[in-house]
Amino acid sequence: MATYATNEFRPGLKVLLEGSPCSILENEFVKPGKGQAFSRVKFRNLNTGRVWERTFRSGETIEGADVLETDMEYLYNDGEFWHFMKTDGSYEQFEAAAAAVGDARQWLKEQDVCSVTLWNDSPISVVPPNFVELQVAETDPGMRGDTAQGGNKPATLSTGAVIKVPLFIEIGEVLRIDTRTGEYVSRVRD
Amino acid sequence: MSEAHDWPPSCAIETLHARAAALAATRAFFAERGVLEVNTPVLASHTVLDPAIESIAVGGRYLQTSPEYHMKRLLAAGAPSIYQLGPVFRQGEQGRWHNPEFLMLEWYRLDFDANRLMLEVEELVDCLLSPAPYLCIPYRQLLADRFDIDIDTASVDDLADICAQLGYKASSTSRTEEALDLMLAAALADRGEGRVFVTEYPPDQAALARVNASKRRPHAERFELVINGVEIANGYHELADPDELAQRMAADTEKRRASGLCVPKPDERLLAAQRHGLPNCAGVALGFDRLLALKLGTDGISPVLAFDWNRA
Repeated sequence: MATYATNEFRPGLKVLLEGSPCSILENEFVKPGKGQAFSRVKFRNLNTGRVWERTFRSGETIEGADVLETDMEYLYNDGEFWHFMKTDGSYEQFEAAAAAVGDARQWLKEQDVCSVTLWNDSPISVVPPNFVELQVAETDPGMRGDTAQGGNKPATLSTGAVIKVPLFIEIGEVLRIDTRTGEYVSRVRD
Repeated sequence: MSEAHDWPPSCAIETLHARAAALAATRAFFAERGVLEVNTPVLASHTVLDPAIESIAVGGRYLQTSPEYHMKRLLAAGAPSIYQLGPVFRQGEQGRWHNPEFLMLEWYRLDFDANRLMLEVEELVDCLLSPAPYLCIPYRQLLADRFDIDIDTASVDDLADICAQLGYKASSTSRTEEALDLMLAAALADRGEGRVFVTEYPPDQAALARVNASKRRPHAERFELVINGVEIANGYHELADPDELAQRMAADTEKRRASGLCVPKPDERLLAAQRHGLPNCAGVALGFDRLLALKLGTDGISPVLAFDWNRA
C-alpha cells in the first residue's frame, strides 16, 4: 500500500492510523514563524466512527488503507453474519459481522442496496439507503378520524426497529422511513 | 481544478478597499512618528539560515523571507528608524493562516528596547483593529500555566509525555525544541480570544534577539504578539554583537547540515555591517495579511489576498 506525506493529506484520504482504517476529515498546517512545521489532522476512525485528532511533524508519512466504499445488495442474515452482494454484476458476496453492521441492522431489508465500506476486502461499516420502506409488525390499534395531526405512538417494524408513528397507522401498513434520523416520513400506498 | 474556472480573485472587491485603507493608515502611523519608509531587494544573493525557514531559490538567488538583513545594513550605515511594507516568501508554508508569499510589515526603532517596541506594536494594532487590552506572559510561564511544567528542569521524557497527550505522532524521537514548539502552539490555541504578548523566550530560541543574562533566569529579549491564537508579530531587541551573530549563524548552519537541509552561505555583508556597528535598536516583523484577516473576521488569510497561492 502507498504511503502519504503530510502535504498529501486531503479530506477523504483513507489511511492506517494506530492499526485502524481512518478517513481524513481535516488537515491544518500549523507553524510558528521561527519553529517547526506541523500538521494538525482530524481523522474519522472507520471502525468506530469516532473522530481522532493527531499532530504530525511536517513531512511525516503514514500508510494508506485499502478502503473501498461500494454499493451492495443486502441478502440475508444467518443469525451471525449479514450477507451482501456486489451490484456491479460480479455477484461477489461478503459477510459482515455485527460490529460492522452496527445500527444499520434495524433498517436492513432484503434486496435493498446499501453502501458497504470494505477494508482489506472485509466489510467494516454499512450505511443503509437514506429511505427504506418497512412494514409495521406491531402497534396499538389505529384511531380513525384523527388523520392529520396530533400525537404519535410507538410502532415496531418488520426489522425490529421501533419508531414513532402517527396515531392512525395500522399493523401491516408499509411506511417510508428516513434512516438518517430514524423518523417516519409517510405511508406507502400500493 | 481547472485554471479557467478560478480566474477571479480570492477576495471580495470591498476587501481591496479595506486593504488599501489599512496600508494608508499604517503609512500615516509611521509618517506621524517620523519613521522612514524604505524598499530593499526582494531577490538577493543571501538568505536566512534559520533551520525552520526555507527560502525559495530563483536564478541562483533567494526570494527574501524577511527584509531583516538589508534593513540592518541600512541601520549600520546610518539610517534613522525605518519601516518597510513588502512581499516575503517562504517555501512550503501553505495553510489557513499561511501563504508562501505574504505581505510583511517590518520596522526598526533606534534606541528602543523590546518593551518600548511592544507598546508601539500595541498602538499600531489598536489603530488598525480597535483598542483592546494586552496581556504580557513570559514564555516559561505560559507553558507552566498550561502544562504545569518547568521547562528548565523538565526531562525530554516529560515533554514527550505532554506531546503524546496532545496527540503528537512522531516516527523518530522528537527533539526538545520540537516539543516546545508544539506545546506553545497548543497553549496559545487553548487561550482562545484575546491579545497576548509572549515574552522572555528561552535563550536557545533567541533567533537574532539579544540575550539578557543579568536576571536570575537568562532569556532572549524577544516577543511575539498572538491575537486570538494567531501569531501576528515577532520582535527583538536586536543582537548587535557581531561575534555572537557569527556564532549563531555557524550554529544554524550546523543544524541545517545535520538535518539534511540546503545550506546557504552566511551573509558576509550582514556580518561586515554589524562589525561596522549596528546601533542599539529593536525591530519587529508583522504579518499584514493576518492582521487584515483579523480585522475583517475571515477564517484564514485567503479571503484577504487578491490572489492566494492556488490562484496566483
